[in-house]
Amino acid sequence: MSEPNHARRFGLIWLVATLVATPLVVVLLGPELPPGNGSQQASGQVTDNTVLLGMATPVLLLVLIYLIYAVIYFRQPKGAVLEGPAIRGDARIQTTWIIVTSVLVLSLAAYGTVRLLSDNGAGSGSGPTPLTVPSGPKLRVQVIAQQWAFTYRYPAYGGVEVPHLVLPVNRMVELHVTSLDVIHSFWARQLAVKADANPQVDNIAFVEPTHVGTFDVRCAELCGIWHGEMFDHGQVVSQSAFNTWIRGAQVAYGPATKLLPPYSRTYQPLPARRGG
Amino acid sequence: MKKVLGVGTAVAVLGVLIGLYVADWATSFPKTVAATSAPASSGGANLTLETVAAIGGKYSPTHPSWVSYLVRSGGQWVHSTDFTVPANSIVHVTIYQFDTPTGLRNAFLGQVQGTVGGTATVDGKTVNTVEPEEASHTFAVPELGVFVPLPGVPEESKHLCEEAPCEPSTSDHRTITFSFRTGKKGRYHWQCFVPCGAGWLFGNGGPMQTLGYMDGFIDVV
Repeated sequence: MSEPNHARRFGLIWLVATLVATPLVVVLLGPELPPGNGSQQASGQVTDNTVLLGMATPVLLLVLIYLIYAVIYFRQPKGAVLEGPAIRGDARIQTTWIIVTSVLVLSLAAYGTVRLLSDNGAGSGSGPTPLTVPSGPKLRVQVIAQQWAFTYRYPAYGGVEVPHLVLPVNRMVELHVTSLDVIHSFWARQLAVKADANPQVDNIAFVEPTHVGTFDVRCAELCGIWHGEMFDHGQVVSQSAFNTWIRGAQVAYGPATKLLPPYSRTYQPLPARRGG
Repeated sequence: MKKVLGVGTAVAVLGVLIGLYVADWATSFPKTVAATSAPASSGGANLTLETVAAIGGKYSPTHPSWVSYLVRSGGQWVHSTDFTVPANSIVHVTIYQFDTPTGLRNAFLGQVQGTVGGTATVDGKTVNTVEPEEASHTFAVPELGVFVPLPGVPEESKHLCEEAPCEPSTSDHRTITFSFRTGKKGRYHWQCFVPCGAGWLFGNGGPMQTLGYMDGFIDVV
């Protein structure tokens, strides 16, 4: 009995599986991927994750099908101890492998770069001078981290500082993230924003919430023993509700506002007598 | 064979010792102290605390110089930061503050927040803010929205308390009172936000990161 053409047979199985599975993964699983659609940036990240998964599916199938195929067709017969033929270099396979993996990796790098630039950082902290800035008016909000809590300052509203983040829906927000002590990371998961909070650094991230609701805020950088307690809940509200809320906050936190230093991109915390 | 057995036994013994050490560390929480019932006229529960510049060798032989909170229980000052308070009630807190100022890193926390009426009393005077640089410590339960700055004793005071236990009758101090409402049952982390851990990076190491000193839990039951 002649040996079947394993390469052709394996290639055919893989091709059929890929043609069936990839669209299913993209269409059915894609919309369910994190972080959801809480903001323009979150929806963009869902698209990115779908593209990554779509490209990874054929690779995953290649490995899995090869493994299963090998177990079925190349396993050692019972009772026999066989040594396979010596493996020699195959220029065609090596060349194909290098070209395919290079194309995959380089295309992903190009896609990622384009997405980062076209989406103004795609929700990530872009440092004090972002490469791209969204056009139009933006609401500036400063995120101030310290061990172990976040507070938020609104320079356009008298520099009022509040303990919980509230944002208006469908409005571009310019987050300025900084820290008063050690390194932290501001992560609003449902809004798909994550930006390092470093002392003496103004780390800018852009986000446009698209749905009214609540979101979680967590520190994503191990910042001390109570890092796990550094969490909070924020709210996305309508523009009119935001206007009402900020007016109330200006009154409620008016006494604290009088104590605050003038708004600044970063702060050198005083007093000089601090511990240490 | 003997060599392998010897090495195996040594590794097993070492593993058990490490396991015991980790288990001991992970289960060594400060004693939980329950708030006392307040008189019927005010309702709720009373919690009496003090803050000291140094806990002293009597309470902490390993870290006698660390700054710390203590809680009043059974007529004694107890070295614990784990308190039990009743759910859906008012907790009346009295803090005797014996330490000198360090100052707040974030002046925003100079405002009294989350207390009944949004105020506290300092030496009998009702206030809603404390000058940030005058703060010695804070009592803050972020999840309950409670932030209370505690002003320090002037450094030039003649009767500063060196180490715990400090008594209001014999040492210069500030008396801060406030009340806050508890909600549903749960375990809430509380902490000091003043970087008062002298000798540590940014003042936030040592006692600021160790249960039983400048942070702990409030068990709402």
